Amino acid sequence: MSDLPEIPTEDEIQALVDGRLDPGRRAEIEAWLSGNPDEAARVAELRDISSAIERVYGPLSERPIPARFQKVGAPAMARSPVWRVAAMVALIAVGAAGGWFANEAVGPGEDPNASLARGAVKAHQMYAREVRHAVEVPASDEAHLVAWLSKRLNAPLRAPNLDGEGYRLVGGRLLPAEDAGPAAQFMYEAESGERLTLYVEQNLAGGETAFRFTEYDDVSAFWWKDGPLAYVLIGRGERDRLLTLARATYQELNP
Amino acid sequence: MKRSSFELVETHIPSLRRYALVLLRHDEPRADDLVQDCLERAMSRWHLWRRPGNLRGWLFTILHNIYVNDVARAVARPDVVEIQDYFPAMAVPPNQADRIQLREVTAAIQELPDPQRQTLLLVTMEGFSYDETADITGVPIGTVMSRLSRAREKVRAASWGETRESGRRIT
Repeated sequence: MSDLPEIPTEDEIQALVDGRLDPGRRAEIEAWLSGNPDEAARVAELRDISSAIERVYGPLSERPIPARFQKVGAPAMARSPVWRVAAMVALIAVGAAGGWFANEAVGPGEDPNASLARGAVKAHQMYAREVRHAVEVPASDEAHLVAWLSKRLNAPLRAPNLDGEGYRLVGGRLLPAEDAGPAAQFMYEAESGERLTLYVEQNLAGGETAFRFTEYDDVSAFWWKDGPLAYVLIGRGERDRLLTLARATYQELNP
Repeated sequence: MKRSSFELVETHIPSLRRYALVLLRHDEPRADDLVQDCLERAMSRWHLWRRPGNLRGWLFTILHNIYVNDVARAVARPDVVEIQDYFPAMAVPPNQADRIQLREVTAAIQELPDPQRQTLLLVTMEGFSYDETADITGVPIGTVMSRLSRAREKVRAASWGETRESGRRIT
């Protein structure tokens, strides 16, 4: 009976649970499991273990980094002038991302753009991990969402379509900006579950900027100002990937 | 722009801290000491890192070795911190639909022998491949697979065993 799928090995069951089987074998094993309910129940429980680990331990990588770890890099900094420049850039980035090391690194003259990035990063960290209440208004009600947020921010908003980049709109919410009245957050999600947020507040200080990059913990952000609004796009992952997404967002906003 | 060595290392601090914290059963000061030792060792041995290589894997290998050689031996196992105080996700009332017994699962993980616990965490929490996990823990891949399987079976038995036997498993 060559059309009966081969019984999976224990290693294959583990790889199935970890999503590390090639699609062909995966389909065979899924078919085999449909005829073996006990084993299917075991696999479901093994997957639940992974979900529990992700849910409970996942957020632990989002804790602020204590300043003590900055000192580890200090000797290298003293040796190399290149490092000194890099360190200054990093310091500015840290300041812009909200002055988490404010007591040590950032003086009273806070970068006026700091509150923009800080508000955006806080909002991202607050809601991007939410499973059931990630958004206030779902994407299924997009027209209402955009109209409502535009009214509150007193400017014409758009929810950029990032489908082409592999991110679908989940929805959005209204937030209080630190010192720019109301702010809006649009949330996007990739097939993998990875989330991206676009934070928008009024550009009260005025002016336009190029894309600016900032990093905090494992979150990266690009922010820019364009006419009446200021934008911050936040996600995890590599700078270059996020820059591609920021460019796509900008194009969607300026068709 | 060329990135300095510490800048490269720095991006991995959040996940090193997470792994150390779970490994040391939520003893935060000890976990951060472990990460700091790891970072200092990495910086002092920077010339040993072969580029282009897997920097994250290399850092986890260093941390693993410090833990196995120095920390695990020295640490009398502390009482397990009341997990609900520590992790925001635990405070959420369990959703019947997701039927995940978070407390049971995490408690069972903390009861596992170190090698099984490390393997399970490296693969699931940190997303390392089986090959990378073998490199980090310094064992053949077959050992990784058997540790993974045994770890999961123990956690499963501890978390679902009783309810399943008495037919009370929520589905």
